[in-house]
Amino acid sequence: MADYEGALPQATHETEPFWEGAKAHKLMLPYCAACDAYDFYPRPFCRKCFSWDIEWKEASGKGKIATYVINHRGPRGFEDKAPYVIAVVELEEGPSMMTNLVMDEEPTPENVSVMADVEVVFTDVTDEVTLPHFRLV
Amino acid sequence: MANDLRHKVAIVGAAETDILGTQPDMSRLGLHAQAAKNALDDAGLQLSDVDGILTAGASPNEISEYLGIVPRYIDGTSVGGCSFMIHVRHAVAAISAGYCDVALITHGESGRSRVDSGFGGSRQSSNAQFEAPYGTFGAPSTFSIPVMRHFHDYGTTKYQMAHIPAATREWALLNPMAIMQQAGAITPQDVLDSRMICYPFNLFDCCLVADGGGALVLVSEDRAKDFPNNPVYVLGTGESTAHSNVSQMRDFTTSDSTTMSSNEAFRLAGLGPQDIDHLMFYDAFSFTPMMFLEDLGYVKKGEVGPWLEDTKTDADGKTIYKTGPGGELPMNTNGGGLSYCHTGMYGMFALLESVFQLRGTAGERQLDGIHTSIAHGPGGMFAAAGTVIMSNE
Repeated sequence: MADYEGALPQATHETEPFWEGAKAHKLMLPYCAACDAYDFYPRPFCRKCFSWDIEWKEASGKGKIATYVINHRGPRGFEDKAPYVIAVVELEEGPSMMTNLVMDEEPTPENVSVMADVEVVFTDVTDEVTLPHFRLV
Repeated sequence: MANDLRHKVAIVGAAETDILGTQPDMSRLGLHAQAAKNALDDAGLQLSDVDGILTAGASPNEISEYLGIVPRYIDGTSVGGCSFMIHVRHAVAAISAGYCDVALITHGESGRSRVDSGFGGSRQSSNAQFEAPYGTFGAPSTFSIPVMRHFHDYGTTKYQMAHIPAATREWALLNPMAIMQQAGAITPQDVLDSRMICYPFNLFDCCLVADGGGALVLVSEDRAKDFPNNPVYVLGTGESTAHSNVSQMRDFTTSDSTTMSSNEAFRLAGLGPQDIDHLMFYDAFSFTPMMFLEDLGYVKKGEVGPWLEDTKTDADGKTIYKTGPGGELPMNTNGGGLSYCHTGMYGMFALLESVFQLRGTAGERQLDGIHTSIAHGPGGMFAAAGTVIMSNE
């Protein structure tokens, strides 16, 4: 594939299961059994009860657009993608994450809406990194 | 002079991280959090008991977000290794002043393994992992994130939002220091017609980008009248932080740090919103002061759009904006970050205009007979907040 110029994440030990999950096309979230609560972004502890006994569970990949913007001036690696949607998706499981919307047409305020249903799609941007993106359903 | 603070504050929790040495599986923030857990356990306290965050090697915004605390006292003094001694000193002052009851001072450093070390600049930071890869590009693409939710939940429109730059430009025309003083008036339609930057922000929805600075000098009340200018007294202040990355904002239609900070400032001043004659609500973008007008209690949540659109016309047919010259709530009378100046961290300029108005030296844009002013602003994308209520009496 062509050299990807966009900003790339680098995992830490505590976020590695998320990024390894993405590479395997799974949306993995940290989970606290005591609170029955998922969290994002990954931390080695639960923000509710401060327990450090965290598991990882696969999320459904479903969510809603909590809010979004349509960026017309992209940074390096995004220049030819503009205009593109930067969205915050509220996952079915509760937490929210920033992402891009993958769309077949140019995004406008008419074809992208807050509270629209979305589902995860995985974009392999390099051999090492896969980004979780979302598409409208 | 001041009360003696000797022996007035005590350390009741103290702990190291579980391991000292080589820990490549702990991130910089993870080390802060583990140390915090151990010290809170040592004191028999919960995270929810903490109302003050003091830290170096991480910003208070990062610690607030990482631990899930919205504190009412924050200190990010970062001058090297002795920062923590200084945090203790500041905690003594804060607790003695009643600004904070439980101060948590944290240190965490991946000094050997260098995990996420270079805060903000590292590719392992929370921002580098969970925002930058999605094409964020500075303030216009992140400060804009909450806006569409307000539009969706309350029916606010771009045209209503455009009344803020239009009103603020009216003030700039009266300020010889304003960068846009000669640029002429703009209408809300002009804002909508300006170049699209990052929907829903057009060019005129965005603040200026400039060079400049400002400074303040403060002394105690008993010396204030010895100086050449009418003193401006600080009645009440507040501070807070609720997140670091905008995507982690709890509710996109309200700023938790603003609520905490402004409630504290009003409480300490012994005043309510209705007692303030002049508003300086940091306008990094057109939407920003709209959030503050609601969150500080000037307009009911969700109603700021229609409120702004409800303009009047004067005898000559000129539009009188709600927050503009002649309007019912004069705001950002220097011309704001939108039309006066914005260097990147505009808060100083908001404070300066409060002072000039209270002194009566604001020239053509001077408000008559004002006694109180409030300067409030965000830090980052509604991450932190700071509020100062001042008076000339």
